[in-house]
Amino acid sequence: MKTLAELQAIRDKARKEIEMRAETEDGIRVVVGMATCGIAAGARPVLNALVEEVSKENLSGVTITQTGCIGICQYEPVVEIFEPGKEKVTYVKMTPEKALRVVHSHLMNGEVVTEYTIGASAV
Amino acid sequence: MRELSLNVLDVVQNSISAGASLIAVRLRENRAQHSLSISIEDDGCGMTPEQVNAVTDPFYTTRTTRKVGLGIPLFKMAAEMTGGSFSIQSVPGEGTQICACFNSDSIDFTPVGDICGTMTMLISCNPEIDFIYEYTLDGRQFVLDTRTLRETLEGVPLNMPEVTEWIRGFLQENTEELQGDTPAAAPDSEGGAV
Repeated sequence: MKTLAELQAIRDKARKEIEMRAETEDGIRVVVGMATCGIAAGARPVLNALVEEVSKENLSGVTITQTGCIGICQYEPVVEIFEPGKEKVTYVKMTPEKALRVVHSHLMNGEVVTEYTIGASAV
Repeated sequence: MRELSLNVLDVVQNSISAGASLIAVRLRENRAQHSLSISIEDDGCGMTPEQVNAVTDPFYTTRTTRKVGLGIPLFKMAAEMTGGSFSIQSVPGEGTQICACFNSDSIDFTPVGDICGTMTMLISCNPEIDFIYEYTLDGRQFVLDTRTLRETLEGVPLNMPEVTEWIRGFLQENTEELQGDTPAAAPDSEGGAV
């Protein structure tokens, strides 16, 4: 059973990492649309897949958050990626499988997965 | 919505938009009585009586992206479909409380689904907000209160990946323990295969 003692151990370990990270804050922000439309379309498994994979790959500069309705409900689940100094990338009709590819290709190697973007879907 | 936990995820967004700093999600289940209630309570900006009356109308919303708002209407429908009930109370400046009651033996009952996933996600995506999750099953209970976790974490944010995994594990293990070996599990299987 998970105990608070375990949480303390996590805390002590995390403290050191946070100190190191604060120096080099250049974070990528990943935002998942989590309104009624996104949730109904399957945004929760997509967000879970993103969180798990980012944690597994230990990508410390990436924050994953949720937002409300982005306004393109027919394209949900929608994932937006904000990188400092770059244009926003909007991925549409996401699945947990597609999310994994985005983590590996976009977040880890800087290569946008063009075929999942709204530009490719809207044509 | 395929799971009630998705309705919860959806409705809690309203609390977040209302600027809540503490949100409590409470599930109370009684297997012998086939009853389940889900309440969501926040200390957000609250609503006026007119707004409270209007929110169950699918064609009411405060947002500007479009003219429909389905979160509350869908949650209400899920409860009423089972012969249950739905209530909402709100005081401007104090907060809002929503309660949905379900008859879990109704054929139209939507399964609760991955409520642990919903709570984990809410906590990790909104590290500035405190959450209380309380699950009561046949009179036995466990509680997760992020204010307690914060005390232990001493400044380490709630959305650190390792902390998120700890929370997910804590919720799942405690849920499984409650659902595991309780004597009340028997009445469910009494009817046998139908």
